[in-house]
Amino acid sequence: MGRYVIRRLLQMIPVFIGATLLIFLMVNVMGDPVAGLCGDRQCDPATAQRLRTDLGLDKPVWQQYLTYMGNVFTGDFGTAFNGQKVTELMGSAFPVTIRLTIVAIVLEIVIGITLGVVTGLRRGRPVDTGVLILTLVVISVPTFVTGLLVQLLLGVKWGWIKPAVSSEATFGELFVPGLVLASVSLAYVTRLTRTSIAENRRADYVRTAIAKGLPRRRVITRHLLRNSLIPVVTFIGTDIGALMGGAIVTERIFNIHGVGFQLYQGILRQNTQTVVGFVTVLVLVFLVANLIVDLLYAVLDPRIRYA
Amino acid sequence: MPDPQQPGLPDDKSAISAAGAGAATDMAMSEGISLEGQDPQGGGPDTKPRSLWSDAWRDLRRNPVFLISSLIILFLVVISIWPSLIASGNPLSCDLAKSQQGSQPGHPFGFNQQGCDVYTRTVYGARTSVAVGVLATLGVAVLGSVLGGLAGFFGGVWDAILSRVTDMFFAIPVVLGGLVLLSVVTSTTIWPVIGFMVLLGWPQISRIARGSVITAKQNDYVQAARALGASNTRMLLRHITPNAVAPVIVVATIALGTYIALEATLSFLGVGLRPPTVSWGIDISDASANVRNAPHMLLWPAGALAITVLAFIMLGDAVRDALDPKLR
Repeated sequence: MGRYVIRRLLQMIPVFIGATLLIFLMVNVMGDPVAGLCGDRQCDPATAQRLRTDLGLDKPVWQQYLTYMGNVFTGDFGTAFNGQKVTELMGSAFPVTIRLTIVAIVLEIVIGITLGVVTGLRRGRPVDTGVLILTLVVISVPTFVTGLLVQLLLGVKWGWIKPAVSSEATFGELFVPGLVLASVSLAYVTRLTRTSIAENRRADYVRTAIAKGLPRRRVITRHLLRNSLIPVVTFIGTDIGALMGGAIVTERIFNIHGVGFQLYQGILRQNTQTVVGFVTVLVLVFLVANLIVDLLYAVLDPRIRYA
Repeated sequence: MPDPQQPGLPDDKSAISAAGAGAATDMAMSEGISLEGQDPQGGGPDTKPRSLWSDAWRDLRRNPVFLISSLIILFLVVISIWPSLIASGNPLSCDLAKSQQGSQPGHPFGFNQQGCDVYTRTVYGARTSVAVGVLATLGVAVLGSVLGGLAGFFGGVWDAILSRVTDMFFAIPVVLGGLVLLSVVTSTTIWPVIGFMVLLGWPQISRIARGSVITAKQNDYVQAARALGASNTRMLLRHITPNAVAPVIVVATIALGTYIALEATLSFLGVGLRPPTVSWGIDISDASANVRNAPHMLLWPAGALAITVLAFIMLGDAVRDALDPKLR
């Protein structure tokens, strides 16, 4: 196990470097950050030149990348062009988005797996067909449309929730946005659990468990569910990164000041430091989540042993 | 001592499940496809064995989901080519005096913020969505299956490099990449959006293609062909491609729907398509600011978008069921 973890950690390094380099190049394509600094006016050439030298923008891209990564590993994510430290922005934005992601993941697990188990055990019955159609509809309606509709109905028409989330962004306020953010993945989790349960229900070990006279509840939770959850865990793990990245849309609709909001602002104002910093952290989150998923495999599936 | 490649499996599976397909379907599929590999010429008397494709086609013709979704898609394709068949107006002729007005004779869906006819714009928007979806899927499928297929077939260093490169692309959230890359684009055509989708979408297909080529490569008939001295090109084109293409088709069909949704999402965020291109995403984005006063401006293009994506995802679902013998 220890050797496997080390090998996986080593494998993460090139992926991390590659992904951040890709983002670094993309942001460089994004345009001249100095032009963004001068606002809508044209920059005075002399000032622009001085700014370029001050910010190290006159050096080649690979050198900028190395300097930046060196700083990141000492905890310095640079300064946004308005003078605010990027780490400060992160400190205010990440807790909000993490809360939103937690709400989304919990809803995915609770609702998705429950629906999946119920439908998987009743394959072909009306409940199954109904839920299946519902998941198709949820998958097909893009998240931003779901979000706008939910906001229109619950927030404006019926007044059940406030259409915009306050700056504190408590768990209670984030429930509905979290549900919107989770909606598509929730449908996938349902379908995945359903397929997996339906497949494994005919497996030999389930028949054995029933033949042994175990109560139905125990067969389902200990034998059937544990084995059926393997693909679901993979999906949810890789989804963490996608949820945090996809939060841009949800945060925009419900006016939540999280990572997505900061990134959106950063991109609009061509604020390279903010964009690269936030994306770097998101990439790290994604990689670590994937690593944890791979390790969880061994816990869930006793057949897999890591040397 | 277990196979050291074993821990690599989770990644491959997650790619499939992320596309909405059940995990482990590609294993099942390749088993089914190998039926076709038994060369008909070598078979018994002139009863040609039914191939996976004719089997799948027989299943599909009877599947109501397939029939409904194909009808919707056929309709969409027809109105994308000839929108004037059902909409006589011009989507760009607007009258500010009619801003936000509800439905009236001749204008069943009412008018939007700029006073353009919502019905005409919704009809013309189909063309953009279908074009973006089809072209992006084609690009992704070709690039992804060529790169993934070659890496799976030849293995070795290139395979290792490609696998790490796909990992890198997977680590970047798509919407985020779109915001960064497309925010500088000023072009009003659909090409930058398509280019971006191909750039960030190919790893998904390449992973599937690589997996299914590796499975197909190990089949006896490929080994036999190799033993008989077949060239790499011949093995790839004659033996491996026909037997490895099914999972790619399934994932690509489902991806088509998601690309249409992605285009609308990017347009909603203001970095996708730009006016005067008529797009549901742009219209939804414009309408969302005034949704309280005039929800009809939002509901029609949003409904059209949802039905279109639904049709493509249902089609992909039906095709997957037909090509996956494990469910039979």
